[in-house]
Amino acid sequence: MISKKEKRIRLLLSIAGLVIFFGVWEMAVQMGFISSRILSPPSKVVSAFIQKLTDTKPEGATLITHFLMSFKLALSAFLAAVIIGVPLGLFMGQYKAFDRFLTPIFEIIRPIPPIAWIPIVILVAGIGMSGKVFIIFVAAFVPCVINSYLGIKLTSPVLVNVARTFGASDWQIFTKVCIPSSLNMVFTGVRNALGASWSTLVAAEMLASTGGLGYMIQMGRQLIRPDIILVGMLTIGCTGALLSWLLGLLEKKVAPWRYR
Amino acid sequence: MAVQKNKISMKNISKTFTTRTGDVSVLKDVSINVFENEFLVILGPGQCGKTVLMNILAGLEQPTGGEVVFADGTPKMGDLGIVFQKYYIYPWKNVMQNVELSQEVKGVDKKTRRESAQKYIDLVGLSGFEKSIPRELSGGMKQRVGIARAYATESDIMIMDEPFGALDAQTRYQMQEEILKIWEKKKRTVIFVTSNLEEAIYLGDRIILLGGSPTSVKAEYIPDMPRPRNYTSKEFLDLRNEIADNTDLAL
Repeated sequence: MISKKEKRIRLLLSIAGLVIFFGVWEMAVQMGFISSRILSPPSKVVSAFIQKLTDTKPEGATLITHFLMSFKLALSAFLAAVIIGVPLGLFMGQYKAFDRFLTPIFEIIRPIPPIAWIPIVILVAGIGMSGKVFIIFVAAFVPCVINSYLGIKLTSPVLVNVARTFGASDWQIFTKVCIPSSLNMVFTGVRNALGASWSTLVAAEMLASTGGLGYMIQMGRQLIRPDIILVGMLTIGCTGALLSWLLGLLEKKVAPWRYR
Repeated sequence: MAVQKNKISMKNISKTFTTRTGDVSVLKDVSINVFENEFLVILGPGQCGKTVLMNILAGLEQPTGGEVVFADGTPKMGDLGIVFQKYYIYPWKNVMQNVELSQEVKGVDKKTRRESAQKYIDLVGLSGFEKSIPRELSGGMKQRVGIARAYATESDIMIMDEPFGALDAQTRYQMQEEILKIWEKKKRTVIFVTSNLEEAIYLGDRIILLGGSPTSVKAEYIPDMPRPRNYTSKEFLDLRNEIADNTDLAL
């Protein structure tokens, strides 16, 4: 167990890290090492953030509108990737026929970076919502499949044998041994997928968007408004960290045996 | 001694593995009879193929020669109780769920299998730990779960493959005493595999010594001492020396 004092020290260290990071940044701009026309200091970013919550200027929508657009986009693509990718990876890991049939295709698709899909997606799906969802889906799909596949493959063969000596059927071994044993790997994959989908967002929103955080950042560059760019970036960063933390909580609920 | 009923006959078991560098013969003409309700110890140096022999007994591997004859007919999967090397219990299941699993996969209803599992949890001295998960248990307790789980198959044949190999010395002595107590309470045919000489003499009704390359049966010993045996008695040490002189060094 961690003592209360130890806990306080850990919290203090985390806070100190953040304070120093933003402090150095603020100082660097205030003291003129970096021009404030290029990089806004954190204080300016915070005031821009508060203002953007309600203000639609200069690019036409409030931060909340942009955020919800992006969030819906990333989340729907992410969920689709998890719902399709995880079972697919699990089956590929368990059943040789699935493995043989799908692995060659998957291995070819896997190294293609999500951004490289953009041109073909524009040609096929146009510049609407579906194209963006597809690109984020690809980014999130790959880690879901790989980790679920590995999770099954890394199941201890002795644990499988134990169930076999009990007379368990192949399906029982799959559902009662291999899937629980791979859950931690699956969660790592899902977490990577969440990160990938959230960070591919900006790239996807470069597809001639009219809204979203990626669009806001792009417009910030065109209007030379570093504060708006940074508000967009930090919103993406904080949301990503929050989602990842929530997912960690969920994992502790669903697969608690790895944690103390 | 009363006439003993044969429970299992291993007849000329051979096993050859085909590898990249050619065929490797692991077991050659291993013939062992196992009597009903005896505590048989199979002793052999590390890496000599004891686990392969146990896997053949359990039906997880097929011998390349010879056969295993069970007096009561060849068991199906699920008819043997097996305690595995180290403690291979399911980390995501609590003690109760681990012990009841063999009945669960057979489709026994929850109430019946819980009652039966509880009986064996009590037998191995884990009462009160039913809800604990493996991470919260010590090595000795984990292997108790392994033993309870094997007993819960309700099989009259128990195969134990170096069950105490991963335990520290002190816990190991405790568990040796414990396994004999459990066996006295619930007599079953036990085949206990070990590479530890003292453990073999302490536990066995009979000891089958394996050795050679490929492995075959070298000798059979019957420790004629009442239980609990004393590790430092003269008979114990004499038998220890006798077997040690006849044992191959581990590979």
